[in-house]
Order: sequence, then C-alpha cells, then structure tokens
Amino acid sequence: MTTAAPTAPARPAPFDAAARRADFPALDQQVYGKPLVYLDSAATTQKPRAVIDAISRFYERDNANVHRGVHALSERATRAFEGARATVARFLNADRREVIFVRGATEAVNLVAQSFGRLRVGAGDEIVVTTLEHHSNIVPWQLLAEAVGARVVPAPVDDGGDLDLAALDRLLGPRARLLAVTQVSNALGTVTPLPAIIALARARGIPVLVDGAQGAPHLGVDVRALGADFYAFSGHKLYGPTGIGVLWGKREHLEAMPPWQGGGDMIRSVTFEKSTWNDLPYKFEAGTPDIAGAVGLAAALDYVNAIGLPAIAASEAALLREAEAALRSIPGVRLIGTPRHRAGVLSFMVGDIHPHDLATIVDRQGVAIRAGHHCAQPLMQRFGLPATARASFALYSTPADVEALVRALHAAIKVFA
Amino acid sequence: MSELTDLYQEVILDHGKRPRNFGPLEGATATAEGLNPLCGDHLVLQVKVADGKVQEARFTGTGCAISRASASVMTGLVKGKTAAEVEAMFQVFHALVTEGPGARPDLEALGKLAVFGGVHEFPTRVKCASLAWHTLRSALQGGATASTE
Repeated sequence: MTTAAPTAPARPAPFDAAARRADFPALDQQVYGKPLVYLDSAATTQKPRAVIDAISRFYERDNANVHRGVHALSERATRAFEGARATVARFLNADRREVIFVRGATEAVNLVAQSFGRLRVGAGDEIVVTTLEHHSNIVPWQLLAEAVGARVVPAPVDDGGDLDLAALDRLLGPRARLLAVTQVSNALGTVTPLPAIIALARARGIPVLVDGAQGAPHLGVDVRALGADFYAFSGHKLYGPTGIGVLWGKREHLEAMPPWQGGGDMIRSVTFEKSTWNDLPYKFEAGTPDIAGAVGLAAALDYVNAIGLPAIAASEAALLREAEAALRSIPGVRLIGTPRHRAGVLSFMVGDIHPHDLATIVDRQGVAIRAGHHCAQPLMQRFGLPATARASFALYSTPADVEALVRALHAAIKVFA
Repeated sequence: MSELTDLYQEVILDHGKRPRNFGPLEGATATAEGLNPLCGDHLVLQVKVADGKVQEARFTGTGCAISRASASVMTGLVKGKTAAEVEAMFQVFHALVTEGPGARPDLEALGKLAVFGGVHEFPTRVKCASLAWHTLRSALQGGATASTE
C-alpha cells in the first residue's frame, strides 16, 4: 500500500532524514533551553522552506483573485491555483476535475456527508464507520444520520487495534448505504487493509469514503487503483499549510451531487428564478478559495515527490521499529495498539503516569508529544483509557529524536518514582 | 527542571498518587460532574451540606496528577466552610494558578493551596488544577456539569 505510482522504483533510494532537517526552519530552535525534538507530526507537520517561500512568493508577486480578472496578476494567480490542482491530481493519480479544494479532511468529509449523504442515505439506513475513526469521520455522519433518521454503526477493532474484518463484513448489511474508513489511525497508527475492506463494500455496491489525513503523508495513494469512491486529506499533515485540503471523488458521484455551499465561482448563471451550477470541480468551491494555501500544498507535494514517498515510507518505517523497540525497553511502558501494519504513530502509557503529566515533563526537556484522546474518544473507550501519550514521526524524524524521547521519559519516571 | 519541581511538588505528587477523600459520598446533598474535554479528565464531586456549611466533600473519576491533587487538597480544605467562604477560597486559588504567588500578597490566605504556586508557569495545566473547583462551585450552586471549556 505505498504510492503504487506505475513509475515508482521497486526499491526506494535511501535518503538522509537528518540532512533534510535543515529544510525545516522551525526544527532549528531551542525550547526551554533544549533543542526542539518535534514528535507531534500527526497533529501537524513542520513546513519546509520551499513551502514557506512558495506562499510568500505568491503573495509578493502573483496575488490576485482567481477565475475572474483578465489582468496579468489574475491570470498568474489562476495559473498557480490550477497548476496546484494538477499537482494534486498527479499525486492522487486522478483527473483534475475530480480534485476539490477544501479547508482540510474534516471539511471534505462534511461535504460528502451533506451532499452525497443526503442524496443516498434515508430513514432507517445505516452509515458504517470504524472504531478507529477520528471524530472528523464520525461526527459529520452523526449530523447526517440525525437529519435523515439514519444510524451510524461502528465496526469493532481487536485488542491489537486492527479492524475486525469479519465483523465489518457482517455490518455491511442491506441497509448500509456508505462506509467511511481511515487509511491510518491517528491514535494507534494502524494501517487498515483498504483493498480488502473496499472489496467487501464494493461486492455489495456500498460506496466507500477513505480518510487519508494520516495515510497520505506516509503511504500516499493511487485513487484509481484503490477503488474507493471518495478520498480526503489535509495539506498541513503533508508538510503544506493549514487551511487547505482535498476531496477527491469519483466523477460520476460528483456530477450527481448537489452543491453544498452556494456563492461565487460555483455558479454558471444566477437569476432570482433559478441558478445553474458550474462544472466540476468549481461546483463545490464556492467563494474565493485559499489560493496561497493551494500553492503551498503543491510546493509541499513537489518537495515530497522530489525525495520520493517510497523512500520516506521506508525511512519512517525503520525509525518506527527502532522507536517501538526503544519504548518497549523502558520498564513500565505499555504500547497501546500493536497493529499488524503501523505508520507514523506510537501510542503508549508509562506506568500509571497520566499522559498529560508525561507530556508536560517531556516538553520541558524539549520533546513535543501529544497527550489526550487524539479526537478519537470511541477508540479510547474501546481500550478503557481516557488518554494516551503519542509520539508521531515524519520524514525529518531521526534516531536522535527517539533517543531524546527515551531520555525524557526516564526523567518523567524519576519525577513520579 | 526548577519549574517542573515547582509544579510537581512532593505534596502534589503525594495527593496525586494517594488522593484523600476519594470515593463516593454516602448521604450527599449535591453531586456535580466535571469534564475537561481537552484531555478527557472526568470527575464526580459530591458534597454534604448542612447548617449552611460543607460537612464533607468527596470525589471520584480519572485525571492527571495535578487535577487529582487539586481535588484531593480542595475536598479537605472546604470542610466546615460556607458557600461564601468556598467562593473566596476559589478566588484566591484562581489568582494563584493563573498569575502566580506574586498575585496574592496575602500569602497566608493561600494556606495549603500554596503548593499550586507552580501551576501558573504551565498555562496548559491551569484547567487541570481548576477542574475540581469549577465542579465544586457547580455542585454548591445546584448545577450538574462543569466544563473547563
């Protein structure tokens, strides 16, 4: 389940994560007098200089509204914005008309719920999600279910944090109208077996939305090979800016779906009697979009592509194995979730130290980790925990980061000894 | 590390590990639930009020060392106090955890609460320290749920 781009080399060239750190200005600083060790990339990644510069350059030289003016700057801005769309389309192996710019994965799921959902889901129907989901792939479906009288049904996970495929198979019953599933769990790091899951749904004609917010940065995606109906991801978890993300949808669905927000850019003509909608993808892009954000996202994808996602994935996987072994060697550390395939994330507890206390103490050693429920409360309930500590990794993460985390955890254990 | 040792003072670590007044309260006259949606901390606070005074206060739930210690110290301090006295203590406590000991020239008013003097150095932890107090005020005012948000 890597990028699977047809041209991708079978064996990725290794790359030097430590050398790449110089590309990320924010990594080069001290906090509380200690070098910053940023292990919260699953929340948001740091941005490479290339992204920061692309955004600045856009505002300094090309800034104008898109799809409107005939003047030079508007043409340049439109070219940059549509060029960004083409870059995203290549990243996804998709048609550019199927690439809709949104604020992030959350907005993408809400769009599908409110437009496609209202078209397809009615009273007594079921929307199947999984226990692994982030709140952003649960709550939009609950809003839809409440509005139309449907039910949200969660597919269970086992003690290791893997999906129970047999149970999912049973849940995809005659009233199931949609399956929403994550590519990678943001809380446990579980990589879901998407091909098998999508095959189950397709066999019953149930459309599938894949939340790629955590998956895209580590595994990438080929939406044509994947066979899902919708794929959502956020730019800011992929080295791009906040406020920009993408919904990819199958063209036949997008054509059939009504707009979900009205405004400028999304119309063909407006009269007080009736308005008609613009072509794809503009039908779903009401109002002035985040133009600089799209430009920044394209710069981020260019940056990632220049290294190669397979090389990034291989480096991250090796580091994850190292980090897992290092954490296991600390007495009292318990990993939460031991999935068959893991990407990006390690969730853990240290003795009976509350994750919040842990995060505060390691923060003062310069180590940034997340503590809490990770916007996945149903999953936390499944494991009987109010919260976990989470270390998450990106292409710039190194063995030195893991060593710093281990040292900081020992310091925390000392405080609570 | 000095700020950390200010935050995690021995008294706090002790109360966090072995909270006093932990467990359900028989014959409670008021119960309130406290939630910190940010971190999932959850506590249930019960009080027995008679003759206009808090006779007893106990709590259950899950939380970090700071929130447990705060609930533990608070439930001990408010025994025998009127609602107005509890409110005055809360105001002192709130100034302490948001602004630090410098905000209270009348240091003797802090009493046992002084151990929370390091919290103000950790703005993200102020809510942990305050949760029990918000929940107690809610119970005394007849509310059901207090949230730090």
